[in-house]
Amino acid sequence: MSGFVRKTLVVAAALSISGTAVAQDSIKMGALATLEGAFTVLGEDGMRGVKMALEEFGYEAGGKKIELITGSSDASPDSAVRAARKLVEQDGVPILIGPLSGSEGLAIKDYAKTQPDVTFLNGTSAAQDTTLRAPAENFFRFSTDGAQWMAGLGEYAYNEKGYRKVAVLAEDYSFPYTQVFGFLEPFCRLGGEAPIDARFWVPIGNKDYSSVIAALPDDVDAIYVALGGADAVNFLTQFEQAGGELPLIGGSITVDQSVLGSKGRTRQFVVGTPSAGPVSDTWDDPRWAAFVAAYQKQFPDGFPSPSLFAHGYYINTKAALLALNEVGGDLSDGGKKYREALSNLEFDTPTGMVKLDERREAIADIFLTEVIEGPDGNLLNKTIKVIPQVNQTLGVPYEKFLEYGQVGRENPSCE
Amino acid sequence: MKQFIERHTFWAVMIMIAVIVFAWALFAVWPEWLIDAIGRKKTFVNTLFNGITLGGLYFIVASGFTLVFGLMRNVNLAHGSMYLLGGYIGYEVAEASGSWFLGLIVAFLAIAITGVLLQVLVFRRMEGDDLRQTLITIGISIIAADLMLAVWTGTTYQFDPPEWLYGAVNLPIISVIKSSGDAVYIKYPMYRLSVLVVAIAVGIALWLFLNRTRIGMMIRAGVNDREMLSASGVNVQLVFALVFGIGAGLAGFAGVIGGTALSIAPGEDVRYLLASLIVVIVGGLGSVPGAAIGALLIGLAEQFGLAYFPTYGVVLTFIIMVVVLAVRPQGIMGGR
Amino acid sequence: MDTDRLFNKSNPFAAIPAWSWIIGLLLILYPSFASDFFTYQIGAYSLLLGTVALSLMMLAGYGGMVSLAQLTVAGLAGYLMAILGDNSVGVMGLGWPWWLAVIVSVFAAAIFSAFIGAISVRTEGIYTIMITLAIAVAFFYFVRQNYTLFNGFTGFAGVEPPTLFGIYWRDPVPFYYLSLAVATGFVGAVLNASRSTFGLSLMAIRDNPRRMRALGYNVAAHRIAAYFMSGIIAGTAGVLLVWFNGRISPGTVGVDVVIDILVIAVVGGLRHPIGPFLGAIAFVLLENFAIDLIDRERFNTVIGLAFLLVVIFSPDGILGLWKRLRPKLRLGKSVPSAAAGTTPTDSHVSESVKEV
Repeated sequence: MSGFVRKTLVVAAALSISGTAVAQDSIKMGALATLEGAFTVLGEDGMRGVKMALEEFGYEAGGKKIELITGSSDASPDSAVRAARKLVEQDGVPILIGPLSGSEGLAIKDYAKTQPDVTFLNGTSAAQDTTLRAPAENFFRFSTDGAQWMAGLGEYAYNEKGYRKVAVLAEDYSFPYTQVFGFLEPFCRLGGEAPIDARFWVPIGNKDYSSVIAALPDDVDAIYVALGGADAVNFLTQFEQAGGELPLIGGSITVDQSVLGSKGRTRQFVVGTPSAGPVSDTWDDPRWAAFVAAYQKQFPDGFPSPSLFAHGYYINTKAALLALNEVGGDLSDGGKKYREALSNLEFDTPTGMVKLDERREAIADIFLTEVIEGPDGNLLNKTIKVIPQVNQTLGVPYEKFLEYGQVGRENPSCE
Repeated sequence: MKQFIERHTFWAVMIMIAVIVFAWALFAVWPEWLIDAIGRKKTFVNTLFNGITLGGLYFIVASGFTLVFGLMRNVNLAHGSMYLLGGYIGYEVAEASGSWFLGLIVAFLAIAITGVLLQVLVFRRMEGDDLRQTLITIGISIIAADLMLAVWTGTTYQFDPPEWLYGAVNLPIISVIKSSGDAVYIKYPMYRLSVLVVAIAVGIALWLFLNRTRIGMMIRAGVNDREMLSASGVNVQLVFALVFGIGAGLAGFAGVIGGTALSIAPGEDVRYLLASLIVVIVGGLGSVPGAAIGALLIGLAEQFGLAYFPTYGVVLTFIIMVVVLAVRPQGIMGGR
Repeated sequence: MDTDRLFNKSNPFAAIPAWSWIIGLLLILYPSFASDFFTYQIGAYSLLLGTVALSLMMLAGYGGMVSLAQLTVAGLAGYLMAILGDNSVGVMGLGWPWWLAVIVSVFAAAIFSAFIGAISVRTEGIYTIMITLAIAVAFFYFVRQNYTLFNGFTGFAGVEPPTLFGIYWRDPVPFYYLSLAVATGFVGAVLNASRSTFGLSLMAIRDNPRRMRALGYNVAAHRIAAYFMSGIIAGTAGVLLVWFNGRISPGTVGVDVVIDILVIAVVGGLRHPIGPFLGAIAFVLLENFAIDLIDRERFNTVIGLAFLLVVIFSPDGILGLWKRLRPKLRLGKSVPSAAAGTTPTDSHVSESVKEV
């Protein structure tokens, strides 16, 4: 029996020590994405972005080898924190990239505050409050948030399209709240209307929109739709089946490639739907073209072109590596110097220049797009306009922006 | 009928009034005060039809579920996985062959065979061990969900039904009379009406099968008294395998029907499993008419919830379930 | 299952002194040789999940009622801690003193559990799984949609345990001991209850409700009382879980997590209160380290297969497997006493579980 006990002690001790040994000439980098659950496909594309950036640097930065350790969540904040804890406390990574979705981001920010010596860089999570209110000193976001993604869309709908009154249909959680806010804020400031009783918040994962479509008012000029993935696909089909005639305005993930390219009927009636987001598939800039080409070469089994998840993870990873180069791979001071380098970093990405504001939130270009029919009948997003250097407060001073209040079902009220 | 009126005059009158009000609400042009009170007629009528057609879809899924339970006391918690798998298989076949109907048939057959295999290879080995059978179906559904995710990824699939099933038709119901005097008829998707027709056809076919055939008779006898049936010399195992096959096949069939009306994607398995659970709990486990009533009730509750109070619409179905259980624990049509 | 883990988490109140002292000592010494991560994320978390699964084991093993709503009960207690106590989200957070919030949360969870019991005991056997599953999902949807009380999709963050006796109770070592104390306390309580008149009549009801009814026992009241007790266990674990995570959101009480608890209890074994803890250790280790061994993508296949294999080949879970293997490992000496220590519960459970 005592042999057993001894063995127990030895094995337990070995298990507990194994994680803490770090080779001096290499740096561990953790990457956290949704590699399980419904968002698996998106998480995998995020990881492709991480690997692209590492490949670009030959898995070396600041004279040291970079060792990538992946973590997986299922898009719930609990699982994200659990995976982050494992990467930080067990594997001992000093730099962590991720997570993918909004509520995960808020949870990781809270966790970051308890690990002041570890540097966290966002993946693609786009909740506003991750950096806007009570930000963490060691959480950096080189990708933009959901409200920034809508930059220019409200003005475009009002001025160019001539819409004056819109209905809103969106999923009932924080990311669509942020998107709706980003769209309506300028739209209503210009004089547009979006009555509270014409805003339909459907539970996330709802598949049957027929009754919601029937309840949409007739006396509006357009419908602003912020749904994602399968929800968006279902809505578009049912909208067509029900004989819907109103023009649409899309959120960042409502008419993107994952929706337009989904299996089944093509949806010609969405041609002309404007939208906005951090990437545009068909931007004819050489930097973007080179990025797409590299992606296609490195991942023949990936998407036809990199999604905004590959893009977001790529940018954040690249920032992490550039800053490592700047400090010569020196993280011995608990990463203090490293984080200072990150704060002052300004670099060129496939989608233009990126720099950070004082709350470590990205200021970057946003793309206004419109759905067009491609040469072989497929649907594409055409770039209408690039909105340069959009900041988190959408051009308003920080204090004033805070007065708008937290995003929610009735913000802005448009009165 | 006459007897009912004589015995329950009060209820007969109430039902007649309800029917008249309902018919009026459906066919009359709504006056202003009604529109002010509960919104436009278009919303109401569409929601009503959506509820009924969704109920039809739920019925197809839940009838197989309730049939299996009624005979074998086996709660097949992998029923939702069979729905999803049927959808995927149907999609692949429809894509490869270009025929939506072939996809529908193959989905039914493939999942029916899966069901029979499951019955023969797994459930037969642990007969009478109900909890273990149920736990095994949980295990199977966890693995199936993960493997389907591996094969078909997280992408959303939608079927391309034949052209004549697509698009909207005008119902003979007037929505509003325009100021010019023209009547505006209510438009409704053709496909959803067909779902309802299919559901009714499935219901009638099941009724005929159970009530007018020898095997159906055996099944009904087995539902009432399993031991007695096997004692009377019937090959019970064969009946079990057959019922399991039909039950599973209906789930696969519904996968294509539902995947065309809505879509198929990971997570739909749990959704339809839950819907079936609630439908049969409300309607009464083991009863096919109960499944019909439960499906209609849940379909209507879901759609009216979504259209009129979206925030708590999803919870509404569960409230119905709890209320039914509190009043009638065995479900509306449940025996014993 | 690797045996060293098994040893670690056995419980000191299992009636065999020689074993329990060594295991108890190991459990107490564990933080001294385990890293913070192993103490907190593996050790304490296993104990908490095990405690939730213990509340299910108690209902299923002794009462024959497989309730899938145990995590929901724990979740309600966790939510109440965020609502009554403090949180950093700015919604609710009534700021009650921690002890009052804990008492009210646990009590409310127990009442909620009794309510679930009252709904489901009127139905027989297998209905219970379905009805409790439906209740669990209804709760999930409700908290996700309700913003005024439960803060909807986002949920709550910044739920802190108190600083008491100069100790911050979320630090790994104190939190581990807190979880250990709670877990062993409940294991002892459940073992005691199983030998009490109440426990024995509950088992008799499980085996033959009609006979007990004929003997004049109030079957429903016994079952609801069992639900109430399991609610106290689950509720306490829920309070600790929200302290552990510091946050709670609808995802915490989602369907997959609800099923995980069932998996943990069944894989561990429903025959003895330490079963759920064995299941929890296996689950937590897999959850944390599966990504280093296999492709994390197929994590659920591994979990599902393990579950399926256990259900098919060892209906009594790891516990049953262990009991079968032990003679082969030449540890024969303690076998008879181990069996003797748990006799009142042992023999009936497996059969009754089959009968459900």
